[in-house]
Amino acid sequence: MGEYVIKLPDVGEGVAEAELVEWQVKVGDLVREDAVLAAVMTDKATVEIPSPVDGEIVWLGAEIGDTVAIGSPIVRLKVAGEGNVRDAASQATEAGAKNTPTERSTPTPNPSPQGGGGRAATSKAEPETAPRSSEKTPTHKGLSAAGGESPSPLWGGVRGGGTAAGGGTARTSGAPRPEGEKPLASPAVRLRAKEAGIDLRQVPGTGPAGRIQHEDIEAFLARGPLLAKVSGLARNEAVEDIKIVGLRRKIAEKMTLAKSRIPHITYVEEIDVTALEDLRAALNKEKRPGGNRPKLTLLPFLMRAMVKAIADQPNVNALFDDEAGIVHQHGGVHIGIAAQTASGLMVPVVKHAEARDIWDCAAEVVRLAEAAKSGTATRDELSGSTITITSLGAMGGVATTPVINHPEVAIVGVNKMMVRPVWDGTQFIPRKMMNLSSSFDHRVIDGWDAAVFIQRIKTLLETPALIFVD
Amino acid sequence: MKEISCKLLVIGAGPGGYVCAIRAGQLGIDTVIVEAGKPGGTCLNVGCIPSKALIHAAEEFEKLSHMAGGKSPLGITVAAPSLDLAATIAWKDGIVSRLNNGVAGLLKKAGVKTVHGWATFRDGKTVAVETEIGMQVIRAETVVIATGSAPVDLPSLPFGGPVISSTEALALSEVPERLAVVGGGYIGLELGIAFAKLGAKVTVVEALPRVLAQYDAELTRPVVKRLAELGIEVLVNAKAKGLSTKRDALLVETNGGKNGKIAGDMVLVTVGRKPVTEGWGLEQIDLDMAGSFIRIDDQCRSSMRGIFAIGDVTGEPMLAHRAMAQGEMVAEIVAGHKRSWDRRAIPAVCFTDPELVTAGLSPEEAKTRGEIKVGLFPFIANGRAMTKLGEDGFVRVVARADNHLVLGIQAVGQGVSELSTAFGLALEMGATLEDIAGTIHAHPTQGEGFPEAALKALGRAVHV
Repeated sequence: MGEYVIKLPDVGEGVAEAELVEWQVKVGDLVREDAVLAAVMTDKATVEIPSPVDGEIVWLGAEIGDTVAIGSPIVRLKVAGEGNVRDAASQATEAGAKNTPTERSTPTPNPSPQGGGGRAATSKAEPETAPRSSEKTPTHKGLSAAGGESPSPLWGGVRGGGTAAGGGTARTSGAPRPEGEKPLASPAVRLRAKEAGIDLRQVPGTGPAGRIQHEDIEAFLARGPLLAKVSGLARNEAVEDIKIVGLRRKIAEKMTLAKSRIPHITYVEEIDVTALEDLRAALNKEKRPGGNRPKLTLLPFLMRAMVKAIADQPNVNALFDDEAGIVHQHGGVHIGIAAQTASGLMVPVVKHAEARDIWDCAAEVVRLAEAAKSGTATRDELSGSTITITSLGAMGGVATTPVINHPEVAIVGVNKMMVRPVWDGTQFIPRKMMNLSSSFDHRVIDGWDAAVFIQRIKTLLETPALIFVD
Repeated sequence: MKEISCKLLVIGAGPGGYVCAIRAGQLGIDTVIVEAGKPGGTCLNVGCIPSKALIHAAEEFEKLSHMAGGKSPLGITVAAPSLDLAATIAWKDGIVSRLNNGVAGLLKKAGVKTVHGWATFRDGKTVAVETEIGMQVIRAETVVIATGSAPVDLPSLPFGGPVISSTEALALSEVPERLAVVGGGYIGLELGIAFAKLGAKVTVVEALPRVLAQYDAELTRPVVKRLAELGIEVLVNAKAKGLSTKRDALLVETNGGKNGKIAGDMVLVTVGRKPVTEGWGLEQIDLDMAGSFIRIDDQCRSSMRGIFAIGDVTGEPMLAHRAMAQGEMVAEIVAGHKRSWDRRAIPAVCFTDPELVTAGLSPEEAKTRGEIKVGLFPFIANGRAMTKLGEDGFVRVVARADNHLVLGIQAVGQGVSELSTAFGLALEMGATLEDIAGTIHAHPTQGEGFPEAALKALGRAVHV
């Protein structure tokens, strides 16, 4: 029997580290060659790590949410025959020092002394049973394990402890008193409640027969009142700790970066899309020679209009390297389309929109949206945009304040289209109106330029024939 | 006379009023209390205390009479005892007097000013007191009405002459040869039994189908049995119609409409008590009433701001210890503390022979609220009861079936009044059957019947 160490492979061009987002195995599992062990995420692509050999998992080197350097050992397998490890001991020590997830969840404040004690006992027991426990954890970057997925059965124990620690939970669920029944408490408890201004009817009793005890008053004072049951509404005191990992963490980092570095200016303008909608309906009705022309949405028209507007104002189609103080103004218009997927926000990119006609744009948007939603979009398809469109479709609202896709300098937001009355000089007429809410990096784009850019798009969309005239 | 101004004025120095005033004084409130009689109210002067003195004397006399009969199983024989009731009453008066002085002293010690006289409201803040030396006007920020209650008479039997109330019965200088007691409630039976023991031929006339009708029949059975042993005749379903023309007999109408005559030197009327709501100017302040009582909320506040009412004038049960608890609470409210009436149990004791104690709900009352368990332990199985010749009676515990919370406790038997302490505490603390069963009770005492009854309710009594 030998030991085989799997190191995190190079999962993408120029990537030095990746975030572990999923374990599909746990210690003790038998795995076949090519079975998926884990998923890691780089920038915007998720990569699955397959097992190169058959074997039994004996060690997992990272916790979900850990950022692991390329080349770090992440799994050790027991394999038949010789493994790839010469000195298992030194390997383990090295790896342990690097990644051993001994950081424990911090117990949440618990009003119950019993509950707290129970949990403390559980936590104390863990290091003894955990073979990987180590004092050397300074490089560990994982977040609290509370509520996270458990890669090993040992952690299952922790969660069990956490549940049992609901001495607090049991406390609050004390025998419910039937409506109108007097709360049961000794005179001393009643006096204390009276002086503290507590309505005992709201205090759950944990004593025999639901008797309210001094500790219940303390717990109540610490926790605050539960709403009276008579209202039919119950106060929910639960706090769920959700670990921000994977795509969500990427989005969080990206949004923080964008909002903390870019002084946004947002410009909202109203577009009359009646003519555009007529045209779109006519084009969609037209027999499609190839038979496989996609249905046109508003998006391809907007993309083409942007290409035209950018031709006049190339400074909005750029990436701003603010550390170097250089704006990389691109000739090609690579339009990111912000898309909501099951796991979060993704931005597939339509490359070279300037070289695509309206049908091509439409087809590419459909293809990328599906790829993003099914999770098959490649890293290349999810990067390289120079300007972005964001749209919530029917949910678009009246106006939004889009966040620029850093390091780009502009984002165009599409709001909901609706029929509104418009004064034509003599009367109100119903027109299909839609707002564009667009944000610009004010460091490199002035309000005036932003307005000119959007006004140009407005002109093109309101007279859509102009989109097709060179 | 110079007006008195104070923060708190208490009208009536019965157990409610004087406790309220003392507590207020302790809390540093400038307090005045007005009382026309001696301090202590009905309880101390013509109720609880003197009746217990008389009952005790009667018990002692009866024991000796019994021994003189030569039939005492204790093997004691004495010469026939004689009684000087006037001396007994003087002894009783001595006790009352000592307690009067005690209350007066406590009031003084607490810094309460006492004004002797009859108070009448002029308005919600002003009271005029007729004192021996003239009219005293008192202005107060807060007034507590603690005027108490008085015996009720019957239209056909107005008090006077041979028709007496409990007050006069406690001050007789001779034992009446034949005593008719109208009303078989606890006051009538306590005094009727006492006079029977002192040698009177006692007949009890009760309009309801049984005596002590507010208690259940199981609980009163040992008392009814004892009444017969003492030679007390009990007429139930009988109405007192008045005195005979010679005023030496009570006319009664029994169940079938038959008229009868009960020869009697004295007729003691104990048909109940009524709140004292007249004669002190209630009409001047026009408080909301609840029946014949002053309506109060859970802080003993009346419908007028700044006027509280406590004790018998506020309703049933008309018991001294209820009034005391209310008085204490009101004093603390006036002192700015947060208080409200939240008592769980007001035990009631009936000093008949044997004694009765109730606290909390009876089995019947408890049944209406859900499923219950009842455990009853008879004193016939209690060693201490045997050694006192007190095997009649029992302790009974009523608890919820689902969580065993004790809802009510009753007992009947010799000397069980002292068990009221344990019963009240158990209910006030929210004890379960297991709490009582799990408390060690000293042996040999009648109190052992308490955990035994709880064990019985739990289905595991040891001594029965």
